Amino acid sequence: MSHELVLNAHNLKQHYHVKQGLFKPEATVKAVDGVSFTLDRGKTLAVVGESGCGKSTLGRMLTMIETPTEGQLNFLGEDLLSLSKEQQKELRQKIQIIFQNPYGSLNPRKKIGAILEEPLVINTQLNKAERKAKALAMMAKVGLKTEHYDRYPHMFSGGQRQRIAIARGLMLDPEIIVADEPVSALDVSVQAQVLNLMMDLQQEFGLSYVFISHDLSVVEHIADEVMVMYLGKVVEHGKSEDVFTQPKHPYTQALLSSTPQLSSDKRRQRIKLQGELPSPLNPPSGCAFHGRCQYANERCRKETPVLRSHADVHLIACHAVEEERLESFSGAA
Amino acid sequence: MNVLHRPPVQGNSERVTRMRHVLVAMRGDKLALFALLIFAFYCLVALLAPLLAPYDVNSTEFMNLENAELAPAWQTGDTRFLLGTDTQGRDLLSVILHGTRLSLTIGVCAVLIQVFLGVGIGLLSGYMGGRLDAFLMRVADIQLSFSTMMVAIVVLAVFQTLFGHAAYQQLAMLMLIIVLGVAEWPIFARTVRACVFAEKEKEYIDAARILGVSKARIMLRHLLPNTVSPILVILTIQIANAIVAEAALSFLGLGMPPNQPSLGALISSGFNYLFSGAWWISVFPSVTLILMIFVMNLLGDWLRDHLNPQVTRG
Repeated sequence: MSHELVLNAHNLKQHYHVKQGLFKPEATVKAVDGVSFTLDRGKTLAVVGESGCGKSTLGRMLTMIETPTEGQLNFLGEDLLSLSKEQQKELRQKIQIIFQNPYGSLNPRKKIGAILEEPLVINTQLNKAERKAKALAMMAKVGLKTEHYDRYPHMFSGGQRQRIAIARGLMLDPEIIVADEPVSALDVSVQAQVLNLMMDLQQEFGLSYVFISHDLSVVEHIADEVMVMYLGKVVEHGKSEDVFTQPKHPYTQALLSSTPQLSSDKRRQRIKLQGELPSPLNPPSGCAFHGRCQYANERCRKETPVLRSHADVHLIACHAVEEERLESFSGAA
Repeated sequence: MNVLHRPPVQGNSERVTRMRHVLVAMRGDKLALFALLIFAFYCLVALLAPLLAPYDVNSTEFMNLENAELAPAWQTGDTRFLLGTDTQGRDLLSVILHGTRLSLTIGVCAVLIQVFLGVGIGLLSGYMGGRLDAFLMRVADIQLSFSTMMVAIVVLAVFQTLFGHAAYQQLAMLMLIIVLGVAEWPIFARTVRACVFAEKEKEYIDAARILGVSKARIMLRHLLPNTVSPILVILTIQIANAIVAEAALSFLGLGMPPNQPSLGALISSGFNYLFSGAWWISVFPSVTLILMIFVMNLLGDWLRDHLNPQVTRG
């Protein structure tokens, strides 16, 4: 497969100003703090991290629901953020999103047909019959029946609703789908169906996915590349198989060790993280992870590690990895 | 996946409209059906009042002081006036029919203005947020801090003195509608704004924005339908309120002129005779008014439950 670059994000930042009260100074929350990545056509980039690490904010920036405070977003060679509103409107159709909660992402007062046709009404010149034909074709592609066309969202199960949401995202022939935890609200039995559907559609339409998730077993199934985030920053970024077999960053190792495994030889030594995710209002100095890291030393507490290439392809932001203080991570216990 | 795909079903059997859902559901609910029938009866009476009334209220013989304060037909045996006559000697039945027509028209039109202003401002305020929201809501606060009656009294009194009594008699209805309509829009605006605040956080609004839906379309096509239920409930209460407010203004001599009395004006005109034996002048219009408002409240409540597609099982 050719490596055609679709999306190039450089040093994206999203900082929120939070008022803390009448007499306290305004605080800045660095929800996303300098994230860079590239996405090739037909590939899947998974963004992984625990709640509050900024992965959803990243997704909202990519779809331009929120404008980044800083950084560049390059889509098919065009700098999205410097374009005029009109041009932006044209291009943002090509980046669609699937939300986590299929119960909130469909308008309860609209029928499925109307939900699917609305993007066509606004963005194309198709007439009523053409729109309906296109909506029905898309419904068939995502595994919905023709008679579902005239039904309301509440008549569907979670998995079916997510199929509807996927179909709506695909109505405008997008290049990129940002999937923000698309299966985490679904039953495990339905998760696999929806994931397989997404992979089939990726093949068929040559879609690129930015797949946001906290569930590593799901990510392993679908991702080509994995990006691990912690408190707004990328701590590890590499090919899926590299990250899963040879995680380098202590945080990634801890995350992976918490994923349940069926076979005993795959089972890893459980690393228990101490404490909570620190408050983004008052992030720790140096490496944000130092308070919970067993390898942290004086340097980690003072100096913020930068993302550096390790063993050619893997990108890691960790002093301990750089200094090779880390005991090698045991794949099997 | 294509195994699930079936040939398209043609015909109207699948396309059950929401209105039909409502009607089907209504057939099963006796109380709602009863309320709807009475409300329909009121609307019909309001529409056909000139045809139904036994006397022509515009004729000069209609007001005859010789017939003043005659009791209802079953007390006097006088079949000319079924419900008796009022203090001016007018046939009470004819006056009530026309009064219903006037009251209902004023109430509905005033509330339409309230809905138009209130829903528009509420949607704008809630969806845009920020400074516009702050500004519009302060305007609403100021508007609400003047009581409706005070505003109405001042405006109507000023109008009467400026343009004279004759002009007022002609324009009384229009003035009442505008005053009552403008005075209470914040009630709708606040409710709609609160609803929009809750709805706009939901992901379907984000999804619509990403699909390129314009702000106006998001407000009208996505947010508005999801705020209909509370609007309907307030609507019924507000129509009742507007009718009552109009009655109060008539009592103060600022409502409808005596030659075209609304239900409220009739009640207040008979109020002074209540204990002197002529009870019918107040009681019949009162019963008419109370039943109308009761029925409208029943219907509003019932509609709230049934206009929601999540309740109508398909």
